[in-house]
Amino acid sequence: MPEQSDTARPHPVVQLTLMRLRELSREPGTLFWVFGFPVLISIALGLAFRTTGPEPVAVGVLPGVPAAVTGALTAGGVRVKPLDEQAARSELRAGRVALVLVPPAPGAGDVLGYRYDPMRPEARLGRAVVDDVLQRAAGRHDPRAVRDEIVREPGARYIDFLTPGLIGMNLMSGSMWGIGWVLVNMRVRKLLKRLLAAPMRRRHLFYGQAIARSIMIPVELGVILIFARLAFDVRMAGSWLALALVSVTGSACFAGMAILVASRAQNSETMSGLMNLVMLPMFVLSGVFFSSSHFPAAMQPAVNALPLTALCNGLRAVIIDGAGVGAIAGSLAVMGVWGAISFVVGLRLFRWG
Amino acid sequence: MQAAQLEPAVSCRGLRKIYDPRGRWLGAGLGGGAGAAVVAVDGLDLGIRRGECFGLLGPNGAGKTTTVEILEGILEPSAGEVQLLGMSWARDEVRLRERIGVALQETRFPERLSVAEVLNLFRSFYPRSKPVSALLADVELTEKRDAWVGKLSGGQRQRLAIACALVGEPDILFLDEPTTGLDPQSRRQLWDLVLRFRGAGGTVVLTTHYMEEAERLCDRVAIIDHGRIIKEGSPAELIRGLGAQDVIEFALEGAAAGAGLTESDLLALPAVTGARLAGDGAFTLTVSEPARALPALIALVSGRGAALARLETRHATLEDVFVTLTGRHLRDA
Repeated sequence: MPEQSDTARPHPVVQLTLMRLRELSREPGTLFWVFGFPVLISIALGLAFRTTGPEPVAVGVLPGVPAAVTGALTAGGVRVKPLDEQAARSELRAGRVALVLVPPAPGAGDVLGYRYDPMRPEARLGRAVVDDVLQRAAGRHDPRAVRDEIVREPGARYIDFLTPGLIGMNLMSGSMWGIGWVLVNMRVRKLLKRLLAAPMRRRHLFYGQAIARSIMIPVELGVILIFARLAFDVRMAGSWLALALVSVTGSACFAGMAILVASRAQNSETMSGLMNLVMLPMFVLSGVFFSSSHFPAAMQPAVNALPLTALCNGLRAVIIDGAGVGAIAGSLAVMGVWGAISFVVGLRLFRWG
Repeated sequence: MQAAQLEPAVSCRGLRKIYDPRGRWLGAGLGGGAGAAVVAVDGLDLGIRRGECFGLLGPNGAGKTTTVEILEGILEPSAGEVQLLGMSWARDEVRLRERIGVALQETRFPERLSVAEVLNLFRSFYPRSKPVSALLADVELTEKRDAWVGKLSGGQRQRLAIACALVGEPDILFLDEPTTGLDPQSRRQLWDLVLRFRGAGGTVVLTTHYMEEAERLCDRVAIIDHGRIIKEGSPAELIRGLGAQDVIEFALEGAAAGAGLTESDLLALPAVTGARLAGDGAFTLTVSEPARALPALIALVSGRGAALARLETRHATLEDVFVTLTGRHLRDA
């Protein structure tokens, strides 16, 4: 092939795209971040939050609680931990027991105490379970007859929730590092300036970056989706067209933001600071690892306006709920606005030298 | 002679560049904080003929790089006009870019691309370009064709940078400190390359703070200090301008260093055209005829009861021109 490349003159956009892809594929570090890292996170979190039936409620019991009470709890499927006063406090604080049973105070008859923090959902659940078991053992009769109907909904496990979140996070990091970091690096190395001194059309550089990025999107998506399918049987409910649309829009949005963030930074330290400033809040707020609906209602409009929230919501709607293009229009619009504004402002500020 | 031949390769008038610190904001990093405006280029006129090698000689921070980058159309001047090959950057940017070649002071090409891949990237920007094998032969990198840039030595990288500048077969080649940091052998290899390009009719504009490089390569040099041209001409002319072709440097033994010798004593000696006492007690004389000046100097020193600790004579260089003009050395100015 060397003879051919000697006189052949491919288009500059092809050459700029090749430059980016060659750098990417020849850099072992980037391969880890693209392929290894998301898989490792899925394994770690998928195992940590795997659903093997509900965990039994754990209760700390202080000395002096009648043996009949602990006997009834054990019979009712509650895990009992005898603890002294000090151990009880630390176990409760660490969440290793949901609540602590306090023996009846002297002169207070046989009134048992429940010690727990009502701010913790698992503590409130523990109190309800323990109370239920104890009251029934003490002879309570439930007048209303009920029966439990157990369902196991596919797509309701934590790993089902996590997988689209990881894809969203990966697409964001892919664009920010793959475009923003790379541009700053080229500036630091004076390569941008050198390209500018050649008769290169400036837009060709951005086209090359965009094409290389588009080639990477199916790879980044595929790694996580295939792994999640094989390891955890995570299924894709929606259409591939809708998935492609959300992913490309999300990547383009973060590519625009990457150009804005990279527009002035003169060294790698400034750039990594700026990228963290942009990405870290979204890792926390945008519902990658847990639902952003946990944040207070007052924060919801701001949280929902974030581009990563829109990307994760869109991905979840398609992958878990099987939503069509119409249902994700809102997410696409949010990402489009962020991307377009960042891109236009970023190009205006962009410093080549 | 044809009109096109008379038209200079590069000309500029009243070039000024002022860096305004207020312009540096958002992500400019530390050290770009408040401060006075810096005048990097302070009213520069140049006329560089076609086919000549022109050197901008000056110490670090003299404004050489700023000047060259304005000529290359990378920086906007704050004031002044630039014409290359009769064209201006404002009107003919694309055509001009195709006709000049640029090697910046420092460009780090992607470490994990091969030499041929980098050249092909640059070839793609030009409507007509030299084949890769010809470029590699020009810069003696043929056997490094498939080596990654990261594996090249400093001299090889610099030759690759020049190959990238030669891709479009330019009329003018701009080289910013092409040999800084290179070992003597790589430096000579690079000089040969520049001389070959010039020998084939190309115009070269280079900056350097090595006087030897300027003397060896340049038909004419402009000595730049604080953003201004302080002297311009061929190296031989500039040295002749000292009124002397040779230099005598000497120092006196220990305590006799003073010995009552003054610069005017020395200027009174035959064939001495200049005398300077450096801070370390060493004297530098510029002389037109060392054969007449030396015996007189020795007689003067022994007449004062002093002894010479050191004495050497050499031909005058551009360094001496710079020292005479500014009182400072090129390297540590």
